[in-house]
Amino acid sequence: MTERDDEKVLSLLRAAVPPLKDPGLKRDLWPAMLRKLDEQPIRVSWLDWALVAFVAAWLFVFPEVIPAVLYQL
Amino acid sequence: MELLERFALGDLEAFESLFRQFQGEVYGSILRLVRDPGTAEDLTVETFWRIYRARARFDPARSFVTWARRIASNAALDQIKASRAEILLPADLPDPRAVNPAVERDLHDQIRAAFRRLPAKLQAVATLALIEEKPQAVIAAELGISAEAVKSRQFRAVRLLRKELKRLGVEP
Repeated sequence: MTERDDEKVLSLLRAAVPPLKDPGLKRDLWPAMLRKLDEQPIRVSWLDWALVAFVAAWLFVFPEVIPAVLYQL
Repeated sequence: MELLERFALGDLEAFESLFRQFQGEVYGSILRLVRDPGTAEDLTVETFWRIYRARARFDPARSFVTWARRIASNAALDQIKASRAEILLPADLPDPRAVNPAVERDLHDQIRAAFRRLPAKLQAVATLALIEEKPQAVIAAELGISAEAVKSRQFRAVRLLRKELKRLGVEP
């Protein structure tokens, strides 16, 4: 393993993967960003899911309250 | 209220201003790592999406661009890791001494493939240090690691690459 070996490896690498000359952005990405923001699904927090589970369990244990709940709706 | 404070509070107009101001810089830093313009564009949007989601954790007293570039590097590293898994080992190895242009092209393909097989973290450092020839301090800041770590990863990348080239029949 010599410095010369390293230089050879580097020159082979640079010949195969040349440095980028112009890494400039060719178009505005804001429209794509807006689409991405719009696409994101509405997130339901774990607290909401816990609340739904609690209400379902409550109605299962006390089914007699269902008519009263429906009446209130 | 300052732009960065408004962004941290979720102001979409402030986010748009920051996006327009820094999209080129973020894109450039990603492109240097992933080397594909289409992928770099997708990852730029992904980076700003991560930035937008993490806005509440951003401290407006700190540098936005440093934070953005760190997130961009992570997104690029994730991409490199994912694409590494898709690379297959070559079946036929070219004769590296041949001067036929087609064979030379094959050899370059093999070297590129060998380079892409490097672990993502080593590949990122090697790209910036060996190909783009960026200073160690700049690479350290961009990847969020120490200058010592840059040096060590660079050394390991060269060693692994030499080993891989030897396996391909290319004696340095």
